[in-house]
Amino acid sequence: MKIKALLAASVAGVMFAGSVLAGTLDDVRARGKLNCIINTGLAGFAAPDDKGNWQGFDVDFCKAVAAAVLGDANKVSYTTATGKTRFTKLAAGEGEILSRNTTWTFSRDVDLAQTFIGVNYYDGQGFMVPKKLGVKSAKELDGASVCIQTGTTTELNLAEFFAGNNMKYNPVPIETNAEAQELYKAGRCDVYTTDASGLYATKMSFDNPSAHVVLPEIVSKEPLGPVVRHGDDQWADVVSWVLRAMMSAEEKGITSKNVKKLAAQDNKDKEINRLLGKDPLQGLSKLGLSADWAVNVISQVGNYAESFERNLYPLTIVRGMNALYKDGGLHYIPPIK
Amino acid sequence: MLNFLKIWRNEKSREIIVQIIVLIIFGWFISWLAGNVSGNFERLGKDLSFEFLFIPAGYDINQYLISYNNRDSHLRAAIVGLLNTGLVAICGIVIATIFGLFLGVLRLSKNWLANRIAYWYVEFTRNVPILLHILLWHGIIINTLPHPKQAIDIFDVSYLTNRGFYIPKPVAEAGIELFYLFTVLAIIFAILFSKYSRKRQEKTGKQFPVFWINLMVIIVFPCMALLLNNFPISFSIPELKGFNFRGGLHLSPELIALTFALAIYTAAFIAEIVRAGILAIHKGQREAAESIGLKPDRVMNLVILPQARRVIIPPLTSQYLNLTKNSSLAIAIGYMDLVATLGGISLNQTGREMETMVLVLLIYLCISLSISSLMNWYNYSVKLVDR
Repeated sequence: MKIKALLAASVAGVMFAGSVLAGTLDDVRARGKLNCIINTGLAGFAAPDDKGNWQGFDVDFCKAVAAAVLGDANKVSYTTATGKTRFTKLAAGEGEILSRNTTWTFSRDVDLAQTFIGVNYYDGQGFMVPKKLGVKSAKELDGASVCIQTGTTTELNLAEFFAGNNMKYNPVPIETNAEAQELYKAGRCDVYTTDASGLYATKMSFDNPSAHVVLPEIVSKEPLGPVVRHGDDQWADVVSWVLRAMMSAEEKGITSKNVKKLAAQDNKDKEINRLLGKDPLQGLSKLGLSADWAVNVISQVGNYAESFERNLYPLTIVRGMNALYKDGGLHYIPPIK
Repeated sequence: MLNFLKIWRNEKSREIIVQIIVLIIFGWFISWLAGNVSGNFERLGKDLSFEFLFIPAGYDINQYLISYNNRDSHLRAAIVGLLNTGLVAICGIVIATIFGLFLGVLRLSKNWLANRIAYWYVEFTRNVPILLHILLWHGIIINTLPHPKQAIDIFDVSYLTNRGFYIPKPVAEAGIELFYLFTVLAIIFAILFSKYSRKRQEKTGKQFPVFWINLMVIIVFPCMALLLNNFPISFSIPELKGFNFRGGLHLSPELIALTFALAIYTAAFIAEIVRAGILAIHKGQREAAESIGLKPDRVMNLVILPQARRVIIPPLTSQYLNLTKNSSLAIAIGYMDLVATLGGISLNQTGREMETMVLVLLIYLCISLSISSLMNWYNYSVKLVDR
């Protein structure tokens, strides 16, 4: 009898513990550190520098959220994940944010019970081949061996592209980017395919980048963005508005250099005032953030353009689709009002 | 209270009470685990469903023993992966057994050089983790063999490249049925003939060269069928077209590296098991057999090995199980086995970690239990019969 009661109590305890999910923000504050899930290593997006500190475009976003929530961009602890383990790690609570070149798709959003909080990089799948192969277009790849990184949307795009063009191929599935690169370099495959950004990053890490070309075809839409767990709207709002704050800052010309000055003065553009805490921003307290949240983000990490230029320009990646709408790109930011 | 003490002091009833308590704790633990899982699933807003098995998988697999394309279901992809696991496991077990047996006997050889070679082989191989063996062989194949355009050409029919080995593939044509029929007949004959000759030997003491006669029958008979029916087999020869060879039979570097690594690694353990089995037989047995004038190979085949077998088989079973389970390391080099298909890409495309992992687990359990029961059955059939 007692055992049964104990059993019921423990099951109920587990259930109860489960129902108290909201409060990710409080958890992060209590811990004093943000847990962020990033790539195992992709130059420009998440890779350790020569001192062993993680650097990159995706890492910057983790830092930006830490700056907004904790006031210090360095209060982040990083967990790496392969394409395969990332969603499981996020679901299991190993991090509050998954910032790892993750493509926003219907089934990931709905079926995996995750919330995509926006797009921070518009990408598309491309192909890289050695220049000496003489291939000019992806349509000439009939019969090729193709190295792919598993656990991504890549496999499906690849299958659809080759089937759609009545071509055959030999897939060589590899777990991480680093291993796939080795196989590509050793000539196990003729082609390496992943998101175009990843191809540029990979290419730049080669001894002789100019010996490889990225083919012009982009065979898929890959809107990449940070992901959080379903069920905590407050946290999802915090994370998504940090992203928008970085983009708004670029739009309004606020940079890490001038943000302190702009925050101290009354600006003609009232949106700058609201963003930097000069004028009240209605609902900010509901989000649980202090008035200087955006100032912290911009002064410590920089605006969207600064992060992009710092991390991705060295890979010869241009803004393209990732420019703001007013510069001909796709980033159109909801107003900070 | 007193009553209870009385029961407790009785050894029989105490045993039962302890067992009941242990059982209750175990049951509680299991239901706690199940409750934990279902609770966490509820918290994450996920459900347990196996419907994903029947939707199109969408991805391609580079090696399939049954027909497969990316419009087939996840279930079929899983079966393709399972067959790939089976292929590696069976090839690996066969090679490891032959090689291990050979090494084990070599290890006991009185020839110093042969003995030492076997010794160093065993010591080196089994002390390096299996994953390194796999990566090493894979690395050797893809880094030392040439690109398909400079392939190593063997008589213009087979090619060795860093994309794998391409060999001619026999293709059956009309009239092949006779060949199959003759092959089956030859095998049946061989079985009956061995039985007959054994009986004859028991009765009269006279021997046939059974092995050689059977070998000849099995080779000559089917060949006769081929000649009778105008050779109904053609060969698909690999040809370099575009990026890769087409036609023929393609053995991928992953398949070769994995099979080879698993086989030579496990062979080292099998060699030790065989050696232990042989050494477990009292030397008096050997001396007795020699003293009645048996030749050394007959001493081994008729006296030592049949007895050693009983010592060898149980640990050998473990090695077979290990090899099969180690084949899941295939994922390190991208061989599409069960873990890479169902537990890898399917898991990722559908996000059903729990379901796919439970399935993978159960399938491996089934494979292991089947191997185990097969070996137990064999062990039972060769056990010492009391007379």
